[in-house]
Amino acid sequence: MSKATDIVSPDHAAADHDDHHDHHIPKGLMRWVLTTNHKDIGTLYLWFAFIMFLTGGAMAMVIRAELFQPGLQIVDPNFFNQMTTVHGLIMVFGAVMPAFTGLANWLVPMMIGAPDMALPRMNNWSFWILPFAFSILLASLFLEGGGPAFGWTFYAPLSTTYSGDSTALFVFSVHIMGISSIMGAINVIVTIFNMRAPGMTWMKMPLFVWTWLITAFLLIAVMPVLAGAVTMVLTDKFFGTSFFDAAGGGDPVMFQHIFWFFGHPEVYIMILPAFGIISQIVPTFARKPLFGYASMVYATASIALLSFIVWAHHMFTTGMPVAAEMFFMFATMLISVPTGVKVFNWVATMWRGSMTFEIPMMFALAFIVLFTIGGLSGLMLAITPVDFQYHDTYFVVAHFHYVLVTGAVFSIMAAVYYWLPKWTGRMFDITLAKWHFWCSLISVNLLFFPMHFVGLAGMPRRIPDYALQFADFNKWISIGGFAFGLSQLIFLWVMIKACRKQGEPVSSQVWEGAEGLEWEIPSPAPYHSFETPPVVK
Amino acid sequence: MKQLERCVLKACTALVLLVVGTTAIAAGSNDVSSLNLRRGATEISGQVYDLHMLMFSICVGIAVVVFGVMFVSMYLHRKSRGAKPANFHENVKVEIAWTVIPFLILIFMAVPAAKTLIAMEDTTEADLTVLVTGSQWKWHYKYMDREVEYYSLLATQREQINNRYNKGENYLLEVDRPLVIPTGQKVRFLITSDDVIHSWWVPDFAVKKDANPGFINEAWTKVDEPGIYRGQCAELCGKDHGFMPVVVIAKEPADYEAWVSEQESIQRQAREEEQRLLAMSMSKEELMSEGERVYNAACAACHMPNGEGLPGVFPALKGSVLATQNDPTAHIEIVLNGKTGTAMQAFGKMLSLKEIAAVVTYERNAWGNNTGQLIQPKDVNAVATGQ
Repeated sequence: MSKATDIVSPDHAAADHDDHHDHHIPKGLMRWVLTTNHKDIGTLYLWFAFIMFLTGGAMAMVIRAELFQPGLQIVDPNFFNQMTTVHGLIMVFGAVMPAFTGLANWLVPMMIGAPDMALPRMNNWSFWILPFAFSILLASLFLEGGGPAFGWTFYAPLSTTYSGDSTALFVFSVHIMGISSIMGAINVIVTIFNMRAPGMTWMKMPLFVWTWLITAFLLIAVMPVLAGAVTMVLTDKFFGTSFFDAAGGGDPVMFQHIFWFFGHPEVYIMILPAFGIISQIVPTFARKPLFGYASMVYATASIALLSFIVWAHHMFTTGMPVAAEMFFMFATMLISVPTGVKVFNWVATMWRGSMTFEIPMMFALAFIVLFTIGGLSGLMLAITPVDFQYHDTYFVVAHFHYVLVTGAVFSIMAAVYYWLPKWTGRMFDITLAKWHFWCSLISVNLLFFPMHFVGLAGMPRRIPDYALQFADFNKWISIGGFAFGLSQLIFLWVMIKACRKQGEPVSSQVWEGAEGLEWEIPSPAPYHSFETPPVVK
Repeated sequence: MKQLERCVLKACTALVLLVVGTTAIAAGSNDVSSLNLRRGATEISGQVYDLHMLMFSICVGIAVVVFGVMFVSMYLHRKSRGAKPANFHENVKVEIAWTVIPFLILIFMAVPAAKTLIAMEDTTEADLTVLVTGSQWKWHYKYMDREVEYYSLLATQREQINNRYNKGENYLLEVDRPLVIPTGQKVRFLITSDDVIHSWWVPDFAVKKDANPGFINEAWTKVDEPGIYRGQCAELCGKDHGFMPVVVIAKEPADYEAWVSEQESIQRQAREEEQRLLAMSMSKEELMSEGERVYNAACAACHMPNGEGLPGVFPALKGSVLATQNDPTAHIEIVLNGKTGTAMQAFGKMLSLKEIAAVVTYERNAWGNNTGQLIQPKDVNAVATGQ
């Protein structure tokens, strides 16, 4: 990473042109609708993701309110199932993935010294179909019979023969999300392959660029598999096929194989860019180059490859042959080796550094600790005989929320705080951001840590009501949930203030230890940057 | 920066306190199982528990070492303490070490895990076999070598769920007819489903196996101690997934034998009674009161106690053509045989002729469906036998 920053001629040319271009920025709504500018599209993606994060979060609040105490109080079980389903779909496809795509849009061109993404018009299209996808999904909740209620994993035949008519809308909206993701991924790959500045060789690329490149390949490999799965659900339900119906020669377990062949790489789609973000932030605030740059790249690639041969660890209880169970157990355990290498590298980067603890670093440190907790519970889940006990309990819910909320979402927050001053040219409100960090950190652990306990004690997931021995912990979990939800309103406040250009102006480097091409251009980053490519030695 | 230092230290303390605190709350309660996996009631479940504790300890060990180094570094190597950054960024020996050592730890974990797994999946040489069939939202048990089979439904009252009555000790974990198995014998379960995927789970046996429609899975257990063991459906199976418990009673072999013989004779008598009923007519009051009981147990989960169903999901019976048209044949037929391609199950094998006659009568006369028609067991028998 550090090598990438030995810049011979920083982009003075582009800076000179900035004023010239600035007054070409279109104004008003049409600027955002018609924009092909990677920075505008990045902003759109990030705001869209944040709105979806709050929407999916509101659904989580409904779930936690119903689970606050035993008995049915607020919603009926059918609506509860719609909430868990749509919460999952929105958070995965509406919040985490678009947020990472937004970061890629903003950062990849600036990090590799390119003027924009390679395919700007497609970039506009890949964003603007997303609001339609989620409008369709959310609208289905208001139909007679309600929206999808079969879990975000939509296992057949619950999602086929036994689902409501809104399944057609669910399928259509997932198709649109998939098209958007594939177009976004193509754009990232083409940009990175073709538009790197002279001298920006593969092994000089910042890790965020590397992890996103690998993520983009994962997306292109598995999103069509998801499209196939939803299409088969559609034809099974409405057109009389029997892909997943044994009575017609199909197999419901085949659905799970197809779904998880998409679903497991999807997990890494949501965490590899996070690894990239942390690998940018930790060296900055440790004032020391990233330890083991090459091994980070190789570890990312190994995780991506291994992610294709572990899918059935989500299916240990479906009744696989012992040999298959062993294969998937060992393959899954193997993933902890490259993941461990990453964590060790981050710790080694901090070792004998000169650390300071600005907001992005706090989120990054919280990420390393809490993601590792989620990773370790993942290792426990890999062990087939004990997975029989953990499977489909709150232990699993705790595990994947540790890796997705304190993992992926915390990394996105770290990234936003890290690059926000570069985007707006001003420092965000540090006091509020500290409140956001501490409130989030404490509440998120109150929310998800006790889930390990209720899960081990035997509470199944996706139930609207539970036995009395789980009551105490569920109350605390719900309180943590409400607190975490409210904490995000502080984040909203910080963002609104930042977008209204409040705060002290910052230098182009922003953070003392920051290195990389994006820190060479002025803050705020001009509307058009690197029109003449910089030369990287 | 001093302030930030203190903040970080406070954060670590807060986190530790949080973990210790929640642990203490859990440990403080009488029920030890509210915090951790149960050791369970079988040799296998004990092995699984030991494996769980082994993996957990290894993970805690790894966490302590990694976070320990990280926190020491955060304390010592701070700019505010005057730390000057070193400039190393790779070390082949270290990197090989932290690739190889985790790999060795994994092998250490994998060996006992594989052994237990093989033992768990060995369903051969069973002493008896029970066919477990899930359907929305109940379990059916059939003893393969005996003439005994029955459905097992949630026994918790609706009023407890709706918070009108106080909740009982085994709230949501109690059924009308538990599965009964003998202790000390290897019981093999054949597990399947009539509709969607369910999962039959008894934590104390460390048995969780999916019930897949159209396919049969195998599992087994050998319980050492007599007792009552409770579990739940573990795979999302629709609206009442959370209301589908599993209760197993393990009895001494002699008690089990007495119980199963008694059940055989009760079920034989019931079949004889059924034939006798065909010649008799039941009164409206009798049909309606029995019908309401059956409706609430078997039909109300989908069609709702008020007969209005869930619009767009489950059809209403109140005022429906099927339940009010003159000819009741189609109504009886759909209750008996279900409707393919929908969630409507075939109740012919779950309910007796008398119960079906009663519930059809109830549905045709309740909630303003005042057809005035009485359906007798012999009418149901006529439809069932195609007369």
